[in-house]
Amino acid sequence: MAKVTQLIHNYLRHSKRFPHVFCPGCGHGIVLGSLIRSIDSMGLAKDDVVLVAGIGCSGRIPVYVDFNTIHTTHGRALTFATGIKLANPRLKVIVVMGDGDALSIGGNHLIHAARRNIGVTALVLNNHIYGMTGGQSSCTTPTGSFSTTTPFGQLEDEFDISRVAKVCGASFVARTTVMQASAMDSLISEAVMHPGFGLVEILSPCHTQYGRKNRFKTCVDMYKWLQKSSPPLEKYRELTPEKQEKAIATGIFEKKDCEGLEEKYARMRRNLRGER
Amino acid sequence: MASKKGESRVKVFLDWCKGCGICAAFCPSKVLSVDKQGKIRVDHEDECINCGFCEIHCPDFAIMVYPREERPPFEANIDDVAPATREELHKIRNSNSK
Ligand SMILES: Cc1ncc(C[n+]2csc(CCOP(=O)(O)OP(=O)(O)O)c2C)c(N)n1
Ligand code: SF4
Ligand code: SF4
Ligand code: SF4
Ligand SMILES: [Mg+2]
Repeated sequence: MAKVTQLIHNYLRHSKRFPHVFCPGCGHGIVLGSLIRSIDSMGLAKDDVVLVAGIGCSGRIPVYVDFNTIHTTHGRALTFATGIKLANPRLKVIVVMGDGDALSIGGNHLIHAARRNIGVTALVLNNHIYGMTGGQSSCTTPTGSFSTTTPFGQLEDEFDISRVAKVCGASFVARTTVMQASAMDSLISEAVMHPGFGLVEILSPCHTQYGRKNRFKTCVDMYKWLQKSSPPLEKYRELTPEKQEKAIATGIFEKKDCEGLEEKYARMRRNLRGER
Repeated sequence: MASKKGESRVKVFLDWCKGCGICAAFCPSKVLSVDKQGKIRVDHEDECINCGFCEIHCPDFAIMVYPREERPPFEANIDDVAPATREELHKIRNSNSK
């Protein structure tokens, strides 16, 4: 296994301060490792990969890796990514967002990126909370759970990120957790290789801002909970409705063949020029 | 990937370990524990079966498992990073001191 750590070091920006800024046990660090391993396994050159991030703890991820990286504004990462992909479709564009970033402030961009089927990959790091700004509730904070802004429990229903992406037309949709790092590696690779818009929702614990307010004594308790409550889709389907209510299915929810917007655009340009 | 007990070494980069305890909690062979300083300690290296869980689930890239007969790919001190990045690191250090 030692090769794994060595490989990760080959991609880190050693000019940045390490250990990284994330709290002890924050799932975002595991996603960073997984992202590096999956890109390495696809054999992509560093220069052919663009990591686009919004703002939030999750948005810090690209800061630490030596790809083309851009740290954009809160909620707008997908708009920058759309521009980059249309300008240079050869690049693999991967967008790293938090739940707040992708679905609260950035929800509008997400639904339209999915509808347009632009060929970028969105990694949504769902920790059910605004981690960076002090634990305010986000649109994914589960009903009944506590946060700084819902001290008596969340009244609203939460968004199911993968479902939102699927109904908006995303052509690849999957969910995984940081407790299943190997599965996450291959899902990220599959999403990146998929033509058209791909979204991978990654459940990533935030003990500092979410766990402590919701009866998780330690971050390890959150990982144990994840392990227990995120069955693969086939197992999830066999559960009773009451058990399904408490479980979070993981796996691939959508995979359909359709051209990305950038391919259609290239074809239109060729046609208008009278080439073929 | 997994191997027999006694064939692996487990190395912790203490500077990077934040003592979250994830590796210790899920290690199938109970090789690890968090010490009083809040850092991970290798208690039973001989029990390690090289399942790889700790290495890919450590959020801080602070733990590494490698075959017993091999030299460690890099030293415990993170100053001695992977050969590929070592040169780069020196360059950065030198440019900072100028
Ligand atoms: C336009 C704008 N509005 C609000 C903020 C404040 N802000 C920064 S990060 C953040 C939410 C972060 O939550 P999430 O996207 O879930 O990321 P996490 O920190 O949980 O990974 C907010 C509201 C901002 N930086 N810019
Ligand atoms: S506040 Fe939460 S999301 Fe942010 S680094 Fe800490 S644990 Fe991670
Ligand atoms: S998972 Fe990593 S950071 Fe956490 S205790 Fe183990 S070695 Fe330290
Ligand atoms: S590889 Fe890590 S988790 Fe697996 S047995 Fe060895 S020390 Fe434990
Ligand atoms: Mg969040």
